[in-house]
Amino acid sequence: MKVLYFAWVRERIGLEAEEVAVPEGVATVAELAAHLAARGEGYARAFENPRIVRAALDRRHARPDTPLGGAREIAFFPPMTGG
Amino acid sequence: MFTVRIQAQDFDPAQEAAALSRGRTDIGAVVTFTGLCRAQDAPGGAPLIALTLEHYPGMAEEEIGRLVEQARARWPLIGATVIHRYGRMVPGDNIVLVVTASAHRAAAFEAAEFLMDWLKTSAPFWKMEERDEGTAWVAAKDEDDDAAERWN
Repeated sequence: MKVLYFAWVRERIGLEAEEVAVPEGVATVAELAAHLAARGEGYARAFENPRIVRAALDRRHARPDTPLGGAREIAFFPPMTGG
Repeated sequence: MFTVRIQAQDFDPAQEAAALSRGRTDIGAVVTFTGLCRAQDAPGGAPLIALTLEHYPGMAEEEIGRLVEQARARWPLIGATVIHRYGRMVPGDNIVLVVTASAHRAAAFEAAEFLMDWLKTSAPFWKMEERDEGTAWVAAKDEDDDAAERWN
């Protein structure tokens, strides 16, 4: 699955995007975030407050309990501050 | 005509508003909102040198397009143009433009406000501020969430 990071999530992880093999048992947005958080220090810092980090599945806003389903792309980012 | 553009370059609000009503006689109201980069948040605060807007290419267009569809379902709009810039901006620069056109003013005013309120909380853009002491990501404001939620 293609995983994208934006703003301070991107800075903490040190990557804009990567390909991640989603393991068995990881079925939702929150489960994938928890899986990523265990990958290293930068990831742990990015997801240290998982309630703050937002996600989009195939470019649509998703909730922590949204199933990953057959989505090709997921993005993690802070609350939006445009406009 | 309904248009969403995500671009680095500046825009001309007057030109965009005129383009929406040109050659038509059914539009009675055009509302134009322009959001600009401001130098100071509070009196006496450290002045802003620049703002850099990061965005999620693809999703930014799609998400604002979905907001425009919601506005059209709610108000009798004849046209709308939304432009959001990305990249580095200095105080005084344009950041975002919302133009709505309708037969009557209430729909145009309300739809423009609805689009701005939702754009701030759901369009994937992030602002980074640059001041003398360094750079910092702007934190989302609760009042922006409240402004969007009041339309529900």
